[in-house]
Amino acid sequence: MKITMNKLALALAVAALPFAAHAHKGWLAPSKTVLSVGQWITVDAGTSSDPFLRDHNAMRLDNLVVTAPDGSKVQPENASTGKLRSSFDVQLNQAGTYKVAIVNQGISARWEEKGQRKSYPPRGQAFTAEGFAKEVPADAEKLAVTESLTQLVTFATAGKPNDTALKPTGVGLELVPLQSITDLYVGEEAKFQFLLDGKPAADVEVEIIADGVRYRSSVEALELKTDKDGKFSIDWKTPGLYWMSASVSDDKASTPPAKQRRTAYTAVVEVLSP
Amino acid sequence: MRPSQLMKRTPLSLALCTLFAGTTQAADFKLGIEVPRLDVAEYHRPYVAAWIERDDRSVAANLAVWYQLKRANAPASAQMPAAGGAAPAGAAEGGTKWLPDMRQWWRRTGRELTMPADGISSATRAAGVHELNFSSGKAPFPDLAPGQYKLMVEAAREEGGRELIEIPFTWPAAKAEQLKAQGSRELGALSLAIKP
Repeated sequence: MKITMNKLALALAVAALPFAAHAHKGWLAPSKTVLSVGQWITVDAGTSSDPFLRDHNAMRLDNLVVTAPDGSKVQPENASTGKLRSSFDVQLNQAGTYKVAIVNQGISARWEEKGQRKSYPPRGQAFTAEGFAKEVPADAEKLAVTESLTQLVTFATAGKPNDTALKPTGVGLELVPLQSITDLYVGEEAKFQFLLDGKPAADVEVEIIADGVRYRSSVEALELKTDKDGKFSIDWKTPGLYWMSASVSDDKASTPPAKQRRTAYTAVVEVLSP
Repeated sequence: MRPSQLMKRTPLSLALCTLFAGTTQAADFKLGIEVPRLDVAEYHRPYVAAWIERDDRSVAANLAVWYQLKRANAPASAQMPAAGGAAPAGAAEGGTKWLPDMRQWWRRTGRELTMPADGISSATRAAGVHELNFSSGKAPFPDLAPGQYKLMVEAAREEGGRELIEIPFTWPAAKAEQLKAQGSRELGALSLAIKP
């Protein structure tokens, strides 16, 4: 009986993990993105087969980072995790643009043993050098150790926008909006640039999905590619929340024993009617 | 500062001044904004903003913003002015909360103002036609450089909708002009009378 319980607990822990299953998309849904100083926003966070659908799992909030317009960190309030979504509130006490990010960093190893796929660390656990040395055979077949760096972000502006919280860090894949990230309007072309380690990321595929998938007969994802300067533009057709995501896999891992790297950046933005 | 703003007296306006010498140099700009009477279960007076846009959509003048200046039973501190539409701590639900709902106004100028804005902001108004009179060079109406402009009027109502209407005009007007536009729900008739 005890074993069964442990297995159940493990199964639940696995089910609660975001990003682990690549088939599911992580999303943030802010209540508003354009506000006056002092107002609150509430943000839902989850993972599901398509963005904004509250039908799969809540997002874990352990790696939630809210950056204020002056670059300082703000503690979110009323954080809670339900079955289908997590949620938290942020009061916008400063004038400017806030960045709300879920930043995941980690290393994982995959290999084969007697034709069976193995992986380390187990889902929900952190990678350690000791654990890696203990669990992964020195002569593991088809060993692939991958470093992952993923960011899921959204933004809200109180008063006049600024870009202090949006400054790229120069590490991994990052999105730079070429107009205010909270000044997106139907009928106005918006321009963005993807940077990889601070340099323009050319030929990166970008997937864009509008909210309301449940009320369409197909997802109608928009697939774009960044140009030689890492730039792409979107002419919004309808107002609402949009999920934009891109990822790059390369061999520029920074932490041994990882050799491969996967870096992904997903932004949720709000498009308004003019 | 834009070059056009530096040339406040161009040959054209000089010519006009000469033409109308003996009368007044200040041109009149008379605005009529109709707040429609709506038959709805829960009516709140709309927030209304009026401003003048240049061709590049930059704001040439902020003429008026009507919003809920004071909130019933709010502490005195909640009525203090603040930038970015801010309501001071403890007053987040004050009248400034809904200013961003006038989306274009907020984007183009509102979010940069300190509210209440002297000579611009006032309380919300009842249904009916409200006349606003301005003369060029007299705050809040600036000495506009000659060119094409748009009068913009935006309304947003709690439990209601949002509407933005505009009237393009040329400044200075060669002769007295009467311009009109019609709102469809949140705004009624909009009129603009310009006298050189």
